[in-house]
Amino acid sequence: MAASTTTDLDGAREALTSVCGRVGELEEASDGVDGVRPGLVAGPNDVDQVAAVMRVCSERGLSVVPRGRGTKLTWGTPPASADVLLDLSALDRVLDHQAGDLILATQAGVRLADVQSVAAEGGQRLTLDETVPGGSVGGMLATNASGPRRQAVGTARDLLIGITVVRHDGVVAKAGGRVVKNVAGYDLGKLLVGSFGTLGVIVDATFRLHPVPAATRWVSAAFDGPARAHELVQAAVHSQVVPAAVELEQDEQGGRVHVLLEGRPDGVAGRTEALRALLGPDATDAEEPPAGGAAYPWDLAATGDERDTALKTTFALSGLPDVLGALGDLDGLRLRGSAGVGVLYAALPHRTAPADVAATVERLRGVCGRHGGSVVVVDAPAAVKDAVDPWGPVPALALMRRVKEQFDPDHRLSPGRFVGGI
Amino acid sequence: MSSSPATTAPAPESVDQRIAAVADVARRLLPEEGVITDRARLRTYECDGLAHYRVTPALVVVPETAEQLAEVVRACADHAVPYVARGSGTGLSGGALPHAEGVLVVTSRMREIREVRREDQRAVVEPGVINLDVTRAATPHGYYYAPDPSSQQICSIGGNVAENSGGAHCLKYGFTANHVLGADFVAPDGEHVPLGGMAPDAPGYDLLGAVIGSEGTLGIVTTVTVRLTRLPEEVRTLLVGFASTDQAGAATSAIIAAGIVPAAIEMMDALAIEAAEAAVRCNYPDGAGAVLVIELDGSVHDVEAEFSDVERLCREHGSFEQRLATDPADRALIWKGRKSAFAAVGRISPDYIVQDGVIPRTALPEVLSRIAALSEESGVRVANVFHAGDGNLHPLVLFDDAVEGAGDAAEKVSGAILDLCIEHGGSITGEHGVGMDKAKYMPRMYSDDDLDTMQLVRCAFDPHHLSNPGKLFPTPRLCGEVPGRKKAPHPLQAAGLAEVF
Repeated sequence: MAASTTTDLDGAREALTSVCGRVGELEEASDGVDGVRPGLVAGPNDVDQVAAVMRVCSERGLSVVPRGRGTKLTWGTPPASADVLLDLSALDRVLDHQAGDLILATQAGVRLADVQSVAAEGGQRLTLDETVPGGSVGGMLATNASGPRRQAVGTARDLLIGITVVRHDGVVAKAGGRVVKNVAGYDLGKLLVGSFGTLGVIVDATFRLHPVPAATRWVSAAFDGPARAHELVQAAVHSQVVPAAVELEQDEQGGRVHVLLEGRPDGVAGRTEALRALLGPDATDAEEPPAGGAAYPWDLAATGDERDTALKTTFALSGLPDVLGALGDLDGLRLRGSAGVGVLYAALPHRTAPADVAATVERLRGVCGRHGGSVVVVDAPAAVKDAVDPWGPVPALALMRRVKEQFDPDHRLSPGRFVGGI
Repeated sequence: MSSSPATTAPAPESVDQRIAAVADVARRLLPEEGVITDRARLRTYECDGLAHYRVTPALVVVPETAEQLAEVVRACADHAVPYVARGSGTGLSGGALPHAEGVLVVTSRMREIREVRREDQRAVVEPGVINLDVTRAATPHGYYYAPDPSSQQICSIGGNVAENSGGAHCLKYGFTANHVLGADFVAPDGEHVPLGGMAPDAPGYDLLGAVIGSEGTLGIVTTVTVRLTRLPEEVRTLLVGFASTDQAGAATSAIIAAGIVPAAIEMMDALAIEAAEAAVRCNYPDGAGAVLVIELDGSVHDVEAEFSDVERLCREHGSFEQRLATDPADRALIWKGRKSAFAAVGRISPDYIVQDGVIPRTALPEVLSRIAALSEESGVRVANVFHAGDGNLHPLVLFDDAVEGAGDAAEKVSGAILDLCIEHGGSITGEHGVGMDKAKYMPRMYSDDDLDTMQLVRCAFDPHHLSNPGKLFPTPRLCGEVPGRKKAPHPLQAAGLAEVF
């Protein structure tokens, strides 16, 4: 899609102002969507206004990039065009919490942390970790962000039971519902999770909740190399202590595996004993989470060229030693992730030359690919994103393009941010 | 390439010619018994588990490999022949009902468990593999396959993928969609692609997530990678007798409110108990107006503590008898009554409809009393069996087809129960699927825009509506001009034309 001219935008501003609460320009300090400055910022106050904005953009052929709280806007490939930045932060109401049914419905602009506060009033939680502070529910869904607690209950796709989206043409559609068990119709939620704003605008979501456990305990053990790390992770996942998280971290201080146990106090106490026995005499346990918590190993505050190269590697569990081996000799590398499900995040220092990053990513793609997984460059300085396809090779790309074609025939929704240039 | 004269006919081919063309391809690929055209044998496939819909397929093909299956689908695409995939044929919504002018692709000869990978907590299986056989193969390694539909001794993994099957234990462990991580997939144009895989979070759209539960309308899976779940250290099953369903429902709510997530909480009412007793002598508590089957699993320490809470909460809500089973034989006895409940109803009624609806669990007392009122007004008996923990109702609507009008009256009550589910913010199906049976109810649950949007996915995968057409949606969407693969003239046609000239 060609960039829109100033005249187009003036007309668009007028049309948008007549249907949308707030229309303006991006603040000077912002670097837009990963360096791409949007022509206008539209901030609708409700779903009807989102639909109206989308209709205006459809009529005028304007590209649209949705934004929740803007905490992960640099992830993926920079968009080819961003005429309108659709700011969903005013969709900030938790719609409903039915504690007796263990469900919660929320608008997409609500911060995940605020959802947790509401759920906590009923002694419950949405079992999704806040991996980037301040992020919205919609952003978490669009990027399929996940943290340590995915070990036991899965990721957003597993906890989302209903969704409402606004299509490219302004049509508002929902799928799923408010009950956990429901097989009526296609599960559009699965398609939208991790779609990076390329299929539609997520405006609300309904989740299943879990009770907040009465007790939690982290059992940790150090490792000195890939083989021992693998032993520890295998011991944890094959145990019967029902781990809620099996995390691995590695930095200048060495490597450690952290296993989270959650549940009743007496149960957790018994399982802590059992797990410590499995992880060896050096294992320790603590109430407090490890210092890194659920955060990624890269510096979230860095912007532009100061950003680390942030990698997400995935693999079958048996591939852990190979993946650790391949990562292990990299200079200044920091690692953290959910080793118990085959996900590790890695940060390469921002000073690493783009060509070196590209070579490293290629090599890692070979290793992870042999173990049934992949490597995605989650975020990186512009020069790195130019040097390597952040998404890498993707099977079934033709089918994905056909899905995109149906949901966004003019390629106006976050164009180019996703796999294969979608 | 075939030299069959049928394929050299000029387009448009008749239905018979098109079917014959697909049959030719299938015969070239498969042994004789894998291609069924004989009318009498075709009729043995005329229905799935929902026997009151019957359609004889034009052709049945039973491939043995993924490549053969893909070739057959490609032939269907080339000749614009609709096809329906069928696993074990145990579905309860007519999802595998054949197409009269189409091909039934049966996966029952694709039954190999290719790999059990303990280290990776995965198994790789073919679609015809029986659900319980995955667990049987994994158990020696200390693992099992968590989704356990009541038909797990006969239903296939491919069918489970199509229906996103649940089961009694999905309250805690989730559905097929939560346990299938990868699949080789044959799209309706015959393209054979991997979706997902051994590792989680494959980059790109979660097409596998869309395919699971799409009831065969997006394509067919040819191998499935499933997550294996560690066997729990301790399992306790408790059978609890109550005077009424209200009491049992209140106990269920109290257990959930206490922050306990049991592996299963199942409820049966007096009529369902009566049927189960008549069929399998499960020896449930005498005079119970309702029973709960509650299963707790996990580590010894947690189960012990949860069990004492559950016992107390049931007592506080009026239970008059509690029986605990800890060893597998005793547990099986308790489950026998529950798992045989559908079939058991045959002992107390010549005919019955198995309904499947979902309500928010907290609406249980209200909905049950409304169902009782419906039953009373109409004189149609309703036995209730359900997954109480997640509000998934299975009312069994009893009738005698020999009595004029009884079938219609039962249908009416059955439909009214679905309306109750929708009215309470629930779903028209929790696990049996929409299929043929409930397509007409979809507009009650979803708006035209919702259904139109879902069908965008259909248009992306299957623009020509060849894969299980007529199911799931009440009205097919016109897909318009389809980008991507254009239908090139088939090599056979080209060959035919060359001969003509």
